[in-house]
Amino acid sequence: MESHERTEKCREVFSLLSEYLNLELPPGACKEIETHLAGCPPCIEFAESLRQTVELCRTYQPHELPEPLGKNARLQLLDAYQRMLGARKSASS
Amino acid sequence: MERDREVELARKLIAGEPEAFDRFVEHFRSKIFHYSWLMCGHREDAEEVAQETLLKVFESFDHLREPERVRPWVFRIAKNACLMKRRKSVFAPSQELSLDDFLPAMTPEGGHAKIQIADWSRLPDRQMLQLEMKEVLARAISELPDNYRSVILLRDMEELSTLETAQILDLTEDVVKTRLHRGRLAVRQKLDEYLRTDGRALPSHAEGG
Repeated sequence: MESHERTEKCREVFSLLSEYLNLELPPGACKEIETHLAGCPPCIEFAESLRQTVELCRTYQPHELPEPLGKNARLQLLDAYQRMLGARKSASS
Repeated sequence: MERDREVELARKLIAGEPEAFDRFVEHFRSKIFHYSWLMCGHREDAEEVAQETLLKVFESFDHLREPERVRPWVFRIAKNACLMKRRKSVFAPSQELSLDDFLPAMTPEGGHAKIQIADWSRLPDRQMLQLEMKEVLARAISELPDNYRSVILLRDMEELSTLETAQILDLTEDVVKTRLHRGRLAVRQKLDEYLRTDGRALPSHAEGG
């Protein structure tokens, strides 16, 4: 019976872990999760692996870079910027 | 910190100070390229999306009323550019991921349930950032269904808020939260599988028991 309750609570905590890690839960719900985690090593272990997953995403630095910006492509962008400034200037004058 | 720098560059560009132009282009071109590559799946498409997005950004810079919102504003334009590009390609249809797909298997051991996962706690962060792990992570993200991948990229990789992500993707905040969680669980599962099967992986608790 006790292990059944544990599984149900584990499942509930499991469904809220991202919001918990994002600090998006109200204090009451947060406290409940912390109480559960304190007594449930498998859930702590799982929560920690999810936290590391998020950390990996946040610190991910791709090793592939875009090709260097070509001269024409840069001029195209600069031209768009200058036209935008020009249009704004003529609109305000 | 990075966002402060972006806001500063945006302010300068709005004020008509062109010395910020090249720094802005360099910074956002690289960000949009990586986002689009993971969204579109093709390097050439990602290069084009980066250019098309920046073109649109500069054409409409005076529409950016709040420089503080430059990052979500740029990514909203990038998302639309990606959508246009993807219509021309074959992509996996959106699908729903269920929480039950990711519930770890529980095995009773001496009255206490054990979750069968790799031992992540003994793997230092810096080791996890090695090239191979990066590739595993990028592959795990690129294999997510579109609707989850877009949320992970904006929330966890670009570190946009739940609200900003919801506005970019035209979703409610609750849907963003749900997709973020399921997307993270899917990525976690792929990394876990890798750690369990790769030669360098440490034995999991369950196997040790």
